[in-house]
Amino acid sequence: MPTWVQLVNLLCAICFVLALKGLSGPRTARAGNLLGAAAAVVAVVLPFIYLDLEHVPLIVAAIAVGSVGGVIGAQKVQMTQMPQMVALFNGVGGGAAALVALVELHEMVPHADAVNWFVLAATAFTIAVGAVSFAGSIVTFAKLQELMTSRPVIFPGLPIVFGASGIAAIVLGVLTVTQPAVWIGIALALLGLLVGVLLVLPVGGADVPIVISLLNAFTGLTVAAGGYVLSNVVLLVAGTLVGASGTYLTLLMAKAMGRSVANILFGALKGGSTLGAGEASDRPVRSAGPEDVAILLGYAERVIIVPGYGLAVAQAQHTLRELVDVLSARGTQVDYAIHPVAGRMPGHMNVLLAEAQVPYEQLVEMDDINGDFKHTDVVLVVGANDVVNPAAKTTPGAPIYGMPILDADEAKQIVFMKRSMRPGFAGIENELLFDPKTTLLFGDAKDSLGKLLNAVKAL
Amino acid sequence: MDEAVVWLTIFILSVFVGIEVISKVSSTLHTPLMSGANAIHGIILLGAVLVTGSTDNDVALVVGLVAIVLAAVNMVGGFVVTDRMLQMFVRKKKPAPTSGEGA
Repeated sequence: MPTWVQLVNLLCAICFVLALKGLSGPRTARAGNLLGAAAAVVAVVLPFIYLDLEHVPLIVAAIAVGSVGGVIGAQKVQMTQMPQMVALFNGVGGGAAALVALVELHEMVPHADAVNWFVLAATAFTIAVGAVSFAGSIVTFAKLQELMTSRPVIFPGLPIVFGASGIAAIVLGVLTVTQPAVWIGIALALLGLLVGVLLVLPVGGADVPIVISLLNAFTGLTVAAGGYVLSNVVLLVAGTLVGASGTYLTLLMAKAMGRSVANILFGALKGGSTLGAGEASDRPVRSAGPEDVAILLGYAERVIIVPGYGLAVAQAQHTLRELVDVLSARGTQVDYAIHPVAGRMPGHMNVLLAEAQVPYEQLVEMDDINGDFKHTDVVLVVGANDVVNPAAKTTPGAPIYGMPILDADEAKQIVFMKRSMRPGFAGIENELLFDPKTTLLFGDAKDSLGKLLNAVKAL
Repeated sequence: MDEAVVWLTIFILSVFVGIEVISKVSSTLHTPLMSGANAIHGIILLGAVLVTGSTDNDVALVVGLVAIVLAAVNMVGGFVVTDRMLQMFVRKKKPAPTSGEGA
């Protein structure tokens, strides 16, 4: 490799560091992302210049096909579907890494004696973990897209099958090093797929985002290992950065939910998540019409809105923002309380409300607003459920037990806007719905908010 | 220095850098950060190009091309979708145009 190419590679690696750095601050995020994209393009174009590559037309065509597919997917996806989109992109990346390692193994086999054992081990790692990441991400996608149940899927003997597959994968990994052969690599990939599926199946809906983040880190590490196999520093550095930051981010998120990563992955296997019935309850609740709720809101001094995923699904963010504007103009102090995992993944709600152009200052994070609930006249919960469920504090054994929640139960009045009595994403009943302070406003969130808006304007 | 040790050194230092650069991220940005990091590992496209461009076996060629398509979806789609999200964060800087309307 010519020195200038190595230097350009170094430059690309530096750009990836700066890209990640940029992405972690609100003002620099967009520039960071664009810098990362530019570095990636340069790094990919380089080998066409300094190497005498074969099959160039086919390669370019394949890049074009993938790029068009990626752009179309990225442009069409709804902001509400962002988590599954990230999962899907992550999965194909992991799959690509596994395939690259398989091809490389095929090239290595004829002269395997001359290959360092550590290179073979890294190849086996890339194949196995890439396959885990691919299959796990596809299952995650299916869960979030509701192509399958989002509840934990467990069958008798799952831990044994999982353990056995894991051990078999390690054995095949060792075999890849001691007597490298393509068929062993293929078997390893298939086993990786199985492990990936088994890893994600028992994870409940609300925990799926953590798994996306974890699989993202996995893919990063496979890319890093692939970089070592191919002796390419850009792959090594970029993959390691993503692997390390992804792992750290996973821990941060798990902390925000008050859970350990091990508990999230394997909690269901111990039977911890069986509390969720997933069915509508028929216990009595107090419901009211939009006019009654309008009076509650219109004459309140302090109102806190707790937005959830249901709000975004109903595409009601804009109507909600109008309602807040009208209330503010009447002199009511209104804030949005944002739970760290509101929506389908951490930070998702901020993206959704940003789309509706809600001013940044009105979004208050959980720790900053929790003390305010006891002085609040009305809490309006729109399309959220689990993030205000007191079971997180009171019911050991509930899937969300230990997750910090918004203390909506401390407010003087609570209004839930709900489509039905179906439980939230975690699949457990919310005691707060049956609280004497609670009023329910049934209906589609957009429809109800529209009526509520008119009723408040008419006061 | 042994070559393997050089690689190990780069790896370990990158781990520290990776943790350090995102250690102060607010939960507001978790989603775009995850999406952006996701796009960065799409750089496996480079690896896919390198192996595909040097193979002379037909099956390996096909597998390599599949890897290229998948990796390109990851890389290009990842950066585009992250930018779409971040565009909205930027827009929010302007003052809310509709406050005071109605009532």
